[in-house]
Amino acid sequence: MATMTVNGKDYEVDEEGYLIDLSQWNREVGEELAKSEKVDMTESHWEVIDFLREYYDEYQIAPAVRVLTKAIGKKLGKEKGNSKYLYELFPYGPAKQACKIAGLPKPTGCI
Amino acid sequence: MADFQTPEFREYPAVPNTLIPNATAHLSPFVAKPEHQEQLGFPGELVDNWEEKAIDKMGDLLGKYRSLRVYLDSCVKCGSCTDKCHYFQGTSDPKNMPVARQDLMRSVYRRYFTFAGKTLSKFGLGGIVGAREMNREVLDEWYSYFHQCSQCRRCSVFCPYGIDTAEISMAAREIMDHVGLGQKYCNEILGKLQKVGNNLGLPEPALKATLAEYGEEIEDDTGLPVRLPLDVKGADILLITPSADFFAEPHIDGLMGYAKVFHEAGVSWTLSSYASEAANFSMFIGSYSNMKICAERIRDAAIELGVKRIIVGECGHAWRVAYSFWNTVAGIGSGADENDVYAQKLQKQLDHSFKQPTHICEFTYDLIQKGKLRFNKAENDHRTVTFHDSCNVARGSRMGDWAGGQFDIPRAVIKACCNNYVDMDPDSIKEKTYCCGGGGGLLTDDLMEIRVKGALPRMEALKDVSDNKGVNTLAAICAICKAQFAKVLPYYNFPMSMLVSTHQLVGEALVMTGSEQEKELMEEEAEASEED
Repeated sequence: MATMTVNGKDYEVDEEGYLIDLSQWNREVGEELAKSEKVDMTESHWEVIDFLREYYDEYQIAPAVRVLTKAIGKKLGKEKGNSKYLYELFPYGPAKQACKIAGLPKPTGCI
Repeated sequence: MADFQTPEFREYPAVPNTLIPNATAHLSPFVAKPEHQEQLGFPGELVDNWEEKAIDKMGDLLGKYRSLRVYLDSCVKCGSCTDKCHYFQGTSDPKNMPVARQDLMRSVYRRYFTFAGKTLSKFGLGGIVGAREMNREVLDEWYSYFHQCSQCRRCSVFCPYGIDTAEISMAAREIMDHVGLGQKYCNEILGKLQKVGNNLGLPEPALKATLAEYGEEIEDDTGLPVRLPLDVKGADILLITPSADFFAEPHIDGLMGYAKVFHEAGVSWTLSSYASEAANFSMFIGSYSNMKICAERIRDAAIELGVKRIIVGECGHAWRVAYSFWNTVAGIGSGADENDVYAQKLQKQLDHSFKQPTHICEFTYDLIQKGKLRFNKAENDHRTVTFHDSCNVARGSRMGDWAGGQFDIPRAVIKACCNNYVDMDPDSIKEKTYCCGGGGGLLTDDLMEIRVKGALPRMEALKDVSDNKGVNTLAAICAICKAQFAKVLPYYNFPMSMLVSTHQLVGEALVMTGSEQEKELMEEEAEASEED
């Protein structure tokens, strides 16, 4: 099993670098995961990540893209409630890339 | 992820004139973990005497599937298939020629199952008849190149003997699963389907909340209380759709299109949280037993909910499974085993005045034929649309009750709601359609290189109509095609936004009775008549 080291502590990740135990996640781990994805985290990124983690806590799965865009739109203003905005933040796709940084499992299926 | 070059468009798409041996030999997908394997009834990891077990399994399959033996025996190396594979075209790797892919298994078949191969191999001369020992090198080659086949069956259209490489590739994966070497992507997902009910692992509360959001969105748009019902007992129709329709774009817009059509048709319908998946990746791994387990969830849901009709959403391989296998594995349709009590029960429960199962495109087409749907085509006037035939719909199934219905019906649906429609090159559509590049269990990030390269022929045909006919919209009817195109279009400098679900076009142009759109249209018409 591969590991990732943050502040001297080892964290298990899978072959694609997704965190195995999501309860171990913290901001520093998120920063490190973002680095592996070449994403420079800003407050806008963290807003999305926080929402993803809240949603996951409630439903045990990441939100659908549309649910995410609508929620972001409601919370942060209409101009941010679209997938273009999310793709600007997470170029490899909000579902997979943002989930990875949030420490959530990779969404699977025909997506 | 490995670095690779997106292939250049060719001026005159043709056979790669320079072969690059082993160009994609480095590609092989992540191996399934023991827990992914075991949940499907396969050994967790490569078993000790795997060579022997693999040959035993091959013997078992050769006995069960006469077709497999015929395919392995009958190739005459005529060469018709060589340039027909999109992966060969995109990689120039000679092992991606369909005949070479078949030979990966054929060589082992000759060694262990033919007189000449068995005899000559005793003297170390098996190579004369193309026989090879089953060893680790061969197994690794299988794992790599049988995961560079999307089982699209385009090659089989051109084979004078009708050899179906897909079936060989499915058998190879079944053999590998049985010795403990499975693919993570397919097997992990099949486990989720069997545990949670869908490929995403989307649990019931999340599904319910998600569907409620989409209902609200349609209501905001139309002013009508359109709902996406879940687990409604006594509904007439059970919709079985790929779970990507709940999750990804543009899939979601297709789902909302179905909901609008159902609402306008005035039918009672429901989704099931227990059977919330049309996809059945068991076909990709050639596992009949897993296919049955997955399909039986749908049967159980149908019996539990008491539905009279089963309709399948936009999903390519799922429609092949539904059309060609559901009847015998689960009793949906006719042909249930006499001794299969539940299959018999469901068969009696379903209303056979409808086609069982029905494709969503057939359902919409039927309403259009009866004049029950009104469209404002101008809503799609900013688009010039082309349609990508999905391989499993095109070559593995049918719609309607005439030959070629699976080509005509989706096009008729699109033309009913769009003024501008253009087909791509005739050699790249209908029965000769090219795979999107992500079918057959290859839709995974670890195979991105082969996905991008395999998309080349489809992207070239799209480029042609985009440059010369003004096409700016690509419509699909398969969850895999949609997810694949969403990823690969940008590699070929197309905007991701040009991709739509077929029922998205329907939903956008549909003028629902009593909707805001109908009111607007009536006002416009009134103004126009005043001006006259």
